[in-house]
Amino acid sequence: MLQERELKTFVDGTTNYFEIAAQQPASVGSPYLVTKGKPGVHGYTGVIKISGKREGIVYFTAPRTMLTVLLMKLKETDFSDATLCDLVGEVANTISGNARRDFGREFVISVPNVLTGDEVEIPMTRDLRPYVIPINWRSHSAKLVVALK
Amino acid sequence: MFPVKANALAQQLGRSGRLLIVDDSNIMRRHIERSQHFDDLEVVGTAANGVEAVELFKETDPDLVTMDLTMPHMDGIECIAQLVALKPTVRILVISALADKATAVEAMEKGANGFLNKPFTDRQLNEALAELLQGM
Repeated sequence: MLQERELKTFVDGTTNYFEIAAQQPASVGSPYLVTKGKPGVHGYTGVIKISGKREGIVYFTAPRTMLTVLLMKLKETDFSDATLCDLVGEVANTISGNARRDFGREFVISVPNVLTGDEVEIPMTRDLRPYVIPINWRSHSAKLVVALK
Repeated sequence: MFPVKANALAQQLGRSGRLLIVDDSNIMRRHIERSQHFDDLEVVGTAANGVEAVELFKETDPDLVTMDLTMPHMDGIECIAQLVALKPTVRILVISALADKATAVEAMEKGANGFLNKPFTDRQLNEALAELLQGM
């Protein structure tokens, strides 16, 4: 179960990412617990497996349109599928890695595993309770999902 | 833009400084390469993991390395130790998302000279590189 201050770490990390990397703040909504069904995905999903003091996953999922604009903000000129996958993994990695400021080094993060498509199955055990942090940036919607025990 | 000149480095080395960029993200490698604004710093190679970095390091003999930490095959901490063993005078700037103090301390103990957290601005990158260059 995640505590409010722990969720705030991820909200702050997401806010910080868009402010600095995208040079344009995102509107990061209040986290909510998904009690029925699955949190869902947006086409490109970067999954970080968490081990050590905490276990679970953190994933960032976003549509192609949003990632393309984000790449432009990074002055990137390659908008291939491979680059979109690289970016979604890097965002997930950055936000998860930044969380170690509060969680400490025993919060061990994996390299990103990237999944594409709107129907992908996110590897999540049943005992994990996923919280969704909604992200609105420019006209695009994405989400960060945090499921830790 | 944040114009920075590394003329002092060039004068000291008698040639341009040589930079190796290590990060498992293609985007980050290109971003670092584009964002560094030193006139006399030549990017001599980019590597996607620690194993590649050690090989490229032997081939290109860089003066400066930017080093990610979370990478497949060989992580940044192990890679720093190997690079410093090969060339004790190399200057290494860790550029990582890992934001806890213990990781920064461990990287420094292995031989890193600076630490920059992701995400970063162009200015932050160039200031961090400038600090390392001044120490050469």
